[in-house]
Amino acid sequence: MSMPGARFGALLVKESIQIVRDPSSILIALVLPLILLFLFGYGVSLDANVVRIGLVVEQAEGPAEDLAAAFQASRYFEVEVASDIRALEDDLVAGNIRGIVVIPATFDRDFGSADGRAAFQVIADGSEPNTANFVQNYATGVWNTWLAQQTASGQGQAPVITLAPRFWFNPELASRYFLVPGSMAIVMTLIGTLLTALVVAREWERGTMEAMMATPVGILELLLGKLIPYFVLALGSMALCTFLAVTLFGVPMRGSVPALLAISMAFLLPALGQGLLISAATKNQFVASQAALLSGFLPAFLLSGFIFEIDSMPTVIQWITVIVPARYLIASLQTVFLAGDIWALFLPNIGAMLLIGLVFFVLAARSTKKRLD
Amino acid sequence: MGGRLRALIAKEVLAALRDPRSRMMLIMPPLLQLLVFSYAATLEVTNVSIGVLNRDAGRWGVEFVERLEGSPTFTEIVALQGIPQIQTAIDLRQVIAVLQIGPDFSRNIEAGQPATAQVILDGRRSNAAQIVQGYLTVIAEQIGATVDAEHGVQPLAVGPIDRNWFNPNLEYTWFTVPSLIGMITLLASLTITGLSVARERELGTFDQLMVSPLRVHEILIGKTIPPLLVGLFQATVFVLAAVFIFAIPLRGSLLLLYGSLLVYQAAVIGIGLFVSALSQTQQQAFLGSFLFAVPAILLSGFASPVENMPDWLQIVSLADPLRYFLVIVKGIFLKAMSVEQVWQNTWPLAVIAIVTLGSAALLFTKRLE
Repeated sequence: MSMPGARFGALLVKESIQIVRDPSSILIALVLPLILLFLFGYGVSLDANVVRIGLVVEQAEGPAEDLAAAFQASRYFEVEVASDIRALEDDLVAGNIRGIVVIPATFDRDFGSADGRAAFQVIADGSEPNTANFVQNYATGVWNTWLAQQTASGQGQAPVITLAPRFWFNPELASRYFLVPGSMAIVMTLIGTLLTALVVAREWERGTMEAMMATPVGILELLLGKLIPYFVLALGSMALCTFLAVTLFGVPMRGSVPALLAISMAFLLPALGQGLLISAATKNQFVASQAALLSGFLPAFLLSGFIFEIDSMPTVIQWITVIVPARYLIASLQTVFLAGDIWALFLPNIGAMLLIGLVFFVLAARSTKKRLD
Repeated sequence: MGGRLRALIAKEVLAALRDPRSRMMLIMPPLLQLLVFSYAATLEVTNVSIGVLNRDAGRWGVEFVERLEGSPTFTEIVALQGIPQIQTAIDLRQVIAVLQIGPDFSRNIEAGQPATAQVILDGRRSNAAQIVQGYLTVIAEQIGATVDAEHGVQPLAVGPIDRNWFNPNLEYTWFTVPSLIGMITLLASLTITGLSVARERELGTFDQLMVSPLRVHEILIGKTIPPLLVGLFQATVFVLAAVFIFAIPLRGSLLLLYGSLLVYQAAVIGIGLFVSALSQTQQQAFLGSFLFAVPAILLSGFASPVENMPDWLQIVSLADPLRYFLVIVKGIFLKAMSVEQVWQNTWPLAVIAIVTLGSAALLFTKRLE
């Protein structure tokens, strides 16, 4: 074994011991992933759920009464009945109900009349646009089903065109299946960028970084010695998350482990590079923490296509997402878990991650060197 | 006594705002976050690509495709030639959905038979895909109405008339911008509080402070004021941005908004102090605050409504200050919430503030002994 090899080994051991000794690294590498996985597995759900609404029937007779019963029987609604809308308005403001269906006194008379005027109101709480959409869609669903029943027993009128939807990769439409793999990208970002930025910034703040640079250890060796333990830590965390996702949350694993490993390793290059760059550029724990939060965590959460569709964002913001490494990781993770090994999709994503990583490392190396002059 | 406290507060404010880079971090990033994330955080689906495999030679298949082209939801309509292309287009995420129109589509419609079109959707993005499915259904219904009109079939009824109160056009920013006010001030206040105590502890000056004639509650007040001021300042910038940049209506009382904001801030700072009382280093304080902030954001009802969570998580979310503040801030902006309704969401914040500030004081006193 040559001298530099032994020296590098010693450096790795030193850095690893530092991680293991600090309870906060363990917190981020083990506890936070578990919390995130649990929250996304159980807490955050974008699926269809039961919505509480108010129902006003101004005249409970004939078809109006019948339609009201259809709303009460719907498994999508939990219905609170009132005879006057004023009794429900406060509940809507307070958020106790998310919508009000008003079947007017005229409905009974108008339904079945020649001019087809029969109408009712569906009021939704627009302060929660997503839930408002659900309320409107469910109400339309209840109406269509009810109407079909009416026509089946009387005047015939089937819909002209029906759509037969098929959801590939996720026929149960469980949002958990894409949120859990997505949350792994957040975990990797936290370890790769946030933790690394903090740790290295602390070394700069304390002057131990300069002290190390004064030793015969080369700058490349020094940085690698810092990063490799975090690289391993992040991969370990990934393995833990994958295990839990498959066993506990029933997320299918249709791709292969080598593919998952390749994607994860490719992502760690930009993630660690970004952490290093932040610490070298700020050299202050407070500023580094805010910068890592702003440029690492929040983009991974909001600009990566994790919850919010990138195509639907304004063009300028879509450009910004191009340099968010988590974007490429999330597309790949969702595919490797739900669809399988689609290398034609993985390779461009891996390429993009490596490219961004390279840029970060070059910038980080530059701002580290500058410090020495 | 008053003079001593005033001197301490002056010292804390200076300590927090002295470093120009830290000062920048307190103002610029929050504004950037508000601008970028307000526009990004939308569950609306627009500008997506859809694939079409039209094997129908008749006019209704063409009509369907033309209506897709006219819809703002779909910017790109990819014409596909066969089943293998469907597979590739979906697999590589080139399109979110594929509409497949069979050869007998128009024939069935003209014959008065029910016509079916197949839609294949990308379940990896099942939320967006379901919204796309909803749009396609609306288009199918519109074509159906045209067909009915041509065939002289009278519609039976108008059906539901949709109204959205408080936000008639369901503008997503009306929801995200007020919510982000709560989220960003949470992150900022937590980290400033946590790091200011921990930094002093790392430097050893916190012990000096503890052995000075200052009482524990005075030290706590001194540590509370800077994040409170920063939070108020940030929130003011955000409210101005919400009204003047995003044109969001501020329908309720500004006084109520600031009153509840103060209580919210006290609760958040209390948590920050509590976390920093438990941590030895800045790193621990930051990561500890973060460990609190992430679940707080996820359980607040921002990403998905609280009532959709399992019961045990709903109970956990009762300790989440952001949960209450989101109701208040959206309520005051959009719904002109009354004093009673704001109060119903403010007193839990006051309880959280008292509990966390009290336990932080207790922990600090314990250290002193």
